[in-house]
Amino acid sequence: MATGGEGRESSRAPANREQAHVLNVAHTLSLPCPPLCSGRGCRSASVTPVGYLDAASAEPLHPAAREALLVALDEGWADPARRYAAGRRNRLRLDAARAGIAEVIGARPDELSFPASGTAAVQLGLLGAAAARRRTGSHLVVSAVEHSAVLHAAEAHPGEVTVVSVDRLGRVDPAEFAAALRPDTALACLQSANHEVGTEQPVEAVALACQAARVPLLVDAAQSVGRVPVPPGWSILVASAHKWGGPPGVGVLLIRKGTRWRSVLPADEREGGRVAGFENVPGIVAAAAALVARDAIAADEAARQRVLVDRIRQRVPALVPDVEVVGDPVHRLPHLVTFSCLYLDGETLVTELDRAGFAVNSGSSCTSSTLRPSHVLAAMGVLTHGNVRVSLPLGTTEAEVDRFLDVLPGVVAKLRDKAGVSEL
Amino acid sequence: MTTTPGDGLEVRLDDAALVIDTLGRRCPIPVIELAKQIGSVPVGAVVAVLSDDEAARVDIPAWCQMRAQAYVGETDAPAGRAYLVRRST
Repeated sequence: MATGGEGRESSRAPANREQAHVLNVAHTLSLPCPPLCSGRGCRSASVTPVGYLDAASAEPLHPAAREALLVALDEGWADPARRYAAGRRNRLRLDAARAGIAEVIGARPDELSFPASGTAAVQLGLLGAAAARRRTGSHLVVSAVEHSAVLHAAEAHPGEVTVVSVDRLGRVDPAEFAAALRPDTALACLQSANHEVGTEQPVEAVALACQAARVPLLVDAAQSVGRVPVPPGWSILVASAHKWGGPPGVGVLLIRKGTRWRSVLPADEREGGRVAGFENVPGIVAAAAALVARDAIAADEAARQRVLVDRIRQRVPALVPDVEVVGDPVHRLPHLVTFSCLYLDGETLVTELDRAGFAVNSGSSCTSSTLRPSHVLAAMGVLTHGNVRVSLPLGTTEAEVDRFLDVLPGVVAKLRDKAGVSEL
Repeated sequence: MTTTPGDGLEVRLDDAALVIDTLGRRCPIPVIELAKQIGSVPVGAVVAVLSDDEAARVDIPAWCQMRAQAYVGETDAPAGRAYLVRRST
């Protein structure tokens, strides 16, 4: 396969490892060579499909994760709980991966376990922490803009749930959050940053309030880990590897030393009794490889993406009439921006942008089966229709952002013409 | 948004100069119909949009803010909800 701007589809299997490395984004970003790279003839090219702007749903597999996964699939199959050599070696792999991920996040390895997804991590973390404090009470506090995984898990818990509202930028007021805490509050939940609009939450201030009230705080950091430092003060932290370039099937559940937690599922000796079943060692090893590789360049990449997102935030309202860019312009995730186009249906916009070669997501679901507006946009009081979320994967170039900005005005104008709303 | 249905509003559904029925129609149709028809009432008059789409509760006030129109509030309607907007410009 030729290097350069063409034929960069990751679906085409490289014929050998050197070619795999030609596809390696690591070189674009000056990462160390993956373990199996010969180091010869390496040239940079992204493995990310051209036009892919939905990293908040799934980050493409990081090349370091791919390399690690291939090796671990071959060598990391043995039961890490067994005492023979192959089992012990796999225990070492698992321990090293756990230590690597814990270090990046700022935790102890024994605080970390690996459920099969971020959603499973939320369910285990939330329900387990609440169950362990049953004698204190069953009241929960959540923000109005939590991921649906958190809101659904809170609903599944038998107890009253207080939903703390957000301002027009999507942020909770720490004082209002603190006021919602009660003597019978079992657990409070606040995301590190919002998955639909990118606004960062005041986790540190809320964590202090929770400490003062002796209420544990669950932080959903799925959109932050691997991109920006995780705010301190959490009691339970959840994340998901496929959002930082790890493989699917690896959730992250961290329970701080001293935080009470009890499994709501039948006990199992694996993962410190927190996650049942045979460990996904290849997936976990690959997740660690991606996170460690990303962490080395996270600050630079965040700064780079921040400039590109600023560009989108500034240019879209100038290029497209009747657009509202939502979320906090400053205190936000580096890679994510959301805007809403008046009079258009978000899903139609997503379809038309896909035709034009761009993969983006929409919080609007006007024609979906649920027929409910995005709970995040509704809580913010901003337009819930015509919504487009752009989230940059690792290595998105300025040229690609500019190409999106070239295409977007025509797509919006065409759809508005078709709907007969251009003159409104 | 803590608008209590019908309570404390300065105007009622009966006061509307124009009632736009978008019952059964999904977002963004209620907002589009409001934008199309608000020009047919004089400045200062009230338009009511009838909708049973949850998104209208957010989108109609958001549209008013973008278009510098005055959102009055929501109130009971024989079917769905009535969202009241006073034409300001």
